Amino acid sequence: MITSFLGVLFDGLAYGMLLFLISVGLSVTLGLMNFINLAHGAFAMLGGYVCVLALQRWGLPFYLMLPLAFLLSALAGLLLERVLYRHLYRRSHLDQVLATIGLTFMAIASANYFFGPMQQPVQVPQFLSGQISVAGVDLNLYRGFLLAAGAALTLALTLALERTRFGASVRAAVDRPRVAEALGIRVGLVFQVTFAVGCGLAGLGGALGVQVLGLDPAFPLKFIVYFLLVVAVGGTSGLKGPLYAALLLGVIDVAGKYYIPEIGAFIIYAMMVILLVLRPQGLISRK
Amino acid sequence: MFKHHLKLLASTAALLLAANASAQAPLKIGMVVETSGAFADFGMQMMNGARAYMKAHGDTVAGRKVELIVKDTTGVPDVAKRVAQELVTNDKVDFLAGFGLTPSALAVAPLATEAKKPMIVMNAAASVITTRSPYIARVSFTLPQVTAPMATWALRNGIKKVYTLVADYGPGIDAETQFKKTFTAGGGQIVGDVRTPMRNPEFAPFLQRIKDARPQAVFVFLPAGEQAVGFMKGFAERELDKAGIKLIATGDVTEDGVIDAMGDAPLGVITTQHYSVAHDSAENKAFLKAYAEVAGTKQRANFMAVGAWDGMAAMYEVARRLNGNIDGDKAMEVLKGMKIDSPRGPLTIDPATRDPIETIYVRKVEKAKDGKLYNVEFDQFQNVKDPTK
Repeated sequence: MITSFLGVLFDGLAYGMLLFLISVGLSVTLGLMNFINLAHGAFAMLGGYVCVLALQRWGLPFYLMLPLAFLLSALAGLLLERVLYRHLYRRSHLDQVLATIGLTFMAIASANYFFGPMQQPVQVPQFLSGQISVAGVDLNLYRGFLLAAGAALTLALTLALERTRFGASVRAAVDRPRVAEALGIRVGLVFQVTFAVGCGLAGLGGALGVQVLGLDPAFPLKFIVYFLLVVAVGGTSGLKGPLYAALLLGVIDVAGKYYIPEIGAFIIYAMMVILLVLRPQGLISRK
Repeated sequence: MFKHHLKLLASTAALLLAANASAQAPLKIGMVVETSGAFADFGMQMMNGARAYMKAHGDTVAGRKVELIVKDTTGVPDVAKRVAQELVTNDKVDFLAGFGLTPSALAVAPLATEAKKPMIVMNAAASVITTRSPYIARVSFTLPQVTAPMATWALRNGIKKVYTLVADYGPGIDAETQFKKTFTAGGGQIVGDVRTPMRNPEFAPFLQRIKDARPQAVFVFLPAGEQAVGFMKGFAERELDKAGIKLIATGDVTEDGVIDAMGDAPLGVITTQHYSVAHDSAENKAFLKAYAEVAGTKQRANFMAVGAWDGMAAMYEVARRLNGNIDGDKAMEVLKGMKIDSPRGPLTIDPATRDPIETIYVRKVEKAKDGKLYNVEFDQFQNVKDPTK
């Protein structure tokens, strides 16, 4: 009884961390820049395809593929920021939604054209597959790896945002762009870099996530609900809210499916409704 | 007077021309398929199969040039209904064909009855479909039809305790019901069952639950594609096989089109179905050759492509027998009892139910010399009908 509970808890935390990893890039662009990027999933999908190409076709090792997925998605984000996104910063949220959902459809069609509509072969690397047994609880290695990767990433991002000069510039540029400009912060450049990082994180999350979620051209739309769920429930200030939200939703979803499988699939949505009613601004909101 | 004659002659000639033109108008086949969205590979497989048939057998039948008009359902039943309506009223098609998903087929069924259009179901496999319109004929399979042999085979091979896991929609429930029925009637015991949601990227908790229940085997039906891949990965990762739990399934789970995306996880899985690319016959070789000419060698054919191939064969035969004049009622008479030499083996359209009667094979996933996995047939049940009708 207790071991099955521990097993469920571990799987739930790992699933939550996976949700966090594929959504964290959106928290950055939405939370920090107040920009609604519904094409987030397209960048995650790009990371996924980089993962497939790097591992299958170019024969790169797993640990080199991850930074590559980050860099290429960030580069794509940078390019699109220059030609498209920067014109949308000052537009209404509706315009942002319309433009980026259009971009998502274009990404889906492109992926369909270049890679075909089928599922891509993505495999967890050999040294991360299988399970180990700790005190009678079966722990899946790749899920353990996801937990560690998510924790490391959260730590790195928090430090970068709160302890570095660049982090301070980002916060200044978001809160008081004109004052920041007057102080010599190049707001345009700061936004550009932040946006690229957000897209890079999406790509990284995609590359980590497709091992569990699978990958085909419909990826951006299939998982858009989950990105938005995490960010909506977590609130948009900082990274802690989305992290807690993702972990909470992950544990509840897995526990629901394990203990009451008849209604297991609805629990995550029911939980979202409850949390949003209780805390409409998200778990952790800006004062 | 002369002028009047001339006029008459001209109008007669015009009439004759028109009549002649209609005899040689193209034979239009409206393909209602999924070419975008989560089930886009269903449409791709069916279109490849249909085009392969035209490549191998020519694009003219009974003096009429065959024209495929492709409409995308995007996987949504309402869209399927709308595009089928367009095909009937605007394009004036002779046949409706395709239908990867059961809900789409069900949505179009009333339209087939109303317009008296023969509707050839090339894939969708819920049992109920052919009962919804007398103008529907199916050349694929039904889920109870492939599920019952799996239960029988399991009983014969010493499996007595089974957990079932199916996708929570029409075909899934069909499979679950039939498996339980055949398995318990033969003395087997169902130790648990679960229906997984259609939008469900996470199988881990369901798999853990099954592992903790310790059955001898788990019976699975999931729609081919993403869900099957996700399940298979989870099954291997969670090491249910090492816990002594066998995986038995309908062929959808280790379907040829997606098996390449699964790694070595499905090795040894036992499934029952009507078609495997590894099937050894001249018809299958001809099919695979034509398929490769249309789709290249990178994409593997699967049972949906075979369904489309056989659907085309059926429509060609109807056109030949009716000399190119397609009438809904006459077409259905021709289809009832039709025999097709399919790449899967012989196939008869049951005159009573308009569902296929065919051989169901028991297969095991093995690695071939080319390093790829195949469903290798090692046992069979002949002339299997849909057991629910």
